Amino acid sequence: MKLKKTILCALCATTLGLGSLQANAQSVITDGSTSMEKVIGILIESFDGNGIDVTYNPTGSGAGIAAVHEGRADIGLSSRGLKDAEKASLESRDLAYDAIVVVVNKNNPLSDINTEQLQSIYTGKITNWEQVGAKSSPIVLIGREAGSGTRDGFESVTKTKDQCKYRQELTSTGDVITTVSQNENAIGYASLSAVNDSVKVLSFNGVHASEKTVLDKTYKLQRPFVLVTSKDRPLSESAQIFFDYALSKDVKPLIEKAGVVPAVK
Amino acid sequence: MKNRIQQDFTDILAKGIFTFLGYLNIVFVVVICFYLIISGIPAIFKVGFTDFIFGTRWASTAQDRAFGILPFILTSVYGTFGALLIGLPLGFFTSVYLAKFANKKVKSFVESTVDLLAGIPSVVFGFIGMLVLVPSIQYVFDLPDGSSLLAAILVLSIMILPSIIKVSIGAIQSVPYEYELGSLALGANRVETVYKVLVPAARRGISIAVVLGVGRAIGEAMAVMMVAGNVANMPGIFESVRFLTTAVASEMSYSSGLQREALFSIALVLFIFIMAINAVLNLVMKKRGKTK
Repeated sequence: MKLKKTILCALCATTLGLGSLQANAQSVITDGSTSMEKVIGILIESFDGNGIDVTYNPTGSGAGIAAVHEGRADIGLSSRGLKDAEKASLESRDLAYDAIVVVVNKNNPLSDINTEQLQSIYTGKITNWEQVGAKSSPIVLIGREAGSGTRDGFESVTKTKDQCKYRQELTSTGDVITTVSQNENAIGYASLSAVNDSVKVLSFNGVHASEKTVLDKTYKLQRPFVLVTSKDRPLSESAQIFFDYALSKDVKPLIEKAGVVPAVK
Repeated sequence: MKNRIQQDFTDILAKGIFTFLGYLNIVFVVVICFYLIISGIPAIFKVGFTDFIFGTRWASTAQDRAFGILPFILTSVYGTFGALLIGLPLGFFTSVYLAKFANKKVKSFVESTVDLLAGIPSVVFGFIGMLVLVPSIQYVFDLPDGSSLLAAILVLSIMILPSIIKVSIGAIQSVPYEYELGSLALGANRVETVYKVLVPAARRGISIAVVLGVGRAIGEAMAVMMVAGNVANMPGIFESVRFLTTAVASEMSYSSGLQREALFSIALVLFIFIMAINAVLNLVMKKRGKTK
């Protein structure tokens, strides 16, 4: 009786052990930008690679790039292009483009905003709508919380990092849209995919945000979502399969579903 | 004989299980305490105790980082105090009315409504606050934006009402009927009886209501996050402010490194605050109970 049990246990242990070994051999580790959570989540969910297991560590672009550099991850996810120093040992491929739009209340007569105006507004140099040619009323700045990918994207593209004088820091895109739709004085930013009819989307430097203007890069308020790989270490077989899958034409509708513009044409 | 043994065994088993479950609670509290202390202490030392507690600038992701949480502490204190200032009289008079003056029908109707109020999730309070209260404040006070400490105080004062009302009613009703009869027999009218005899006798229960109210107000995050604006300003009644709770909640999801550790430290400070408030109120109550 006892012997039987021991044998059974041993059997179980070996199968489990083998099972996990096999999983290790076929698992792909992705690590990086929290802004890319949605798009990578959809890709992982839809990916059917015959038991290849893909994991995602939401650590941040910098951490993800470092993880690939140190060999702790197969594919790094970054919501900014690689810096020159990083390009020495790493390669990047654009997966998609995240466009950020500036939104105002529907009753605001403004329809376009340029870089200087946006910088002066968000750094508090301009505090009244009159100064940008709208009705005289105070400007209320709505933004996202520290650490948010959209805030990081907006502040890095407009070069207003750490200087924004927010009136409200909200924790979701939905809250930003609701608040802007409620307050005539408000101005906010959100991902292109998240806006709806309750707010007015401003064109930026005269260019309307759309898939076309994002892809041909005439719409400037955008940033790339890139896949980062190492130049020195080739991708493992399973990682290569996932990498090719993520950049294939088949996943275009899925990436669009995640609210960003796919880079693959 | 056999039956007896069996019964003894069941007794022992039941006692064992209940004791175990009782101690399990203590284990939870101790584990939470230790986890908070262990993960909260390092950042306080890295930032420096005075810079952390008395610093007035919070910029957790900036190039030139600063981790001063005085604005959050003051906001939490003012917010809780303000909510109590509005919620306590409102709740207290409601409970006096319900316990002593209202007829049965009114009482059961109001009481079930209060229960319903207690069951509303805080995110719903926040949502209504965001859609109704914040624009109203903006309109009434002619401000550029209505999300402010005042909006948070109003939402909190409504949220703490159910616990204040429930506990106060219980406390007032538990005063022996003879006290009331005695007072009436001595010639006092009903209002005098209620405020001079019943309320003092129910003081301990009412102060428990206050503690519960403070606990709920200082610990609330979701509803406050949606109406307070969440900018790390020094508190002002119409200023966009961030509470201790919302400071933790709003940045936690994307935080890393020292920022994350500092958020745990804020949670630790909040925890100490709640413990201190409970301890002080308990002490005051005990002392008063002895002198009378």
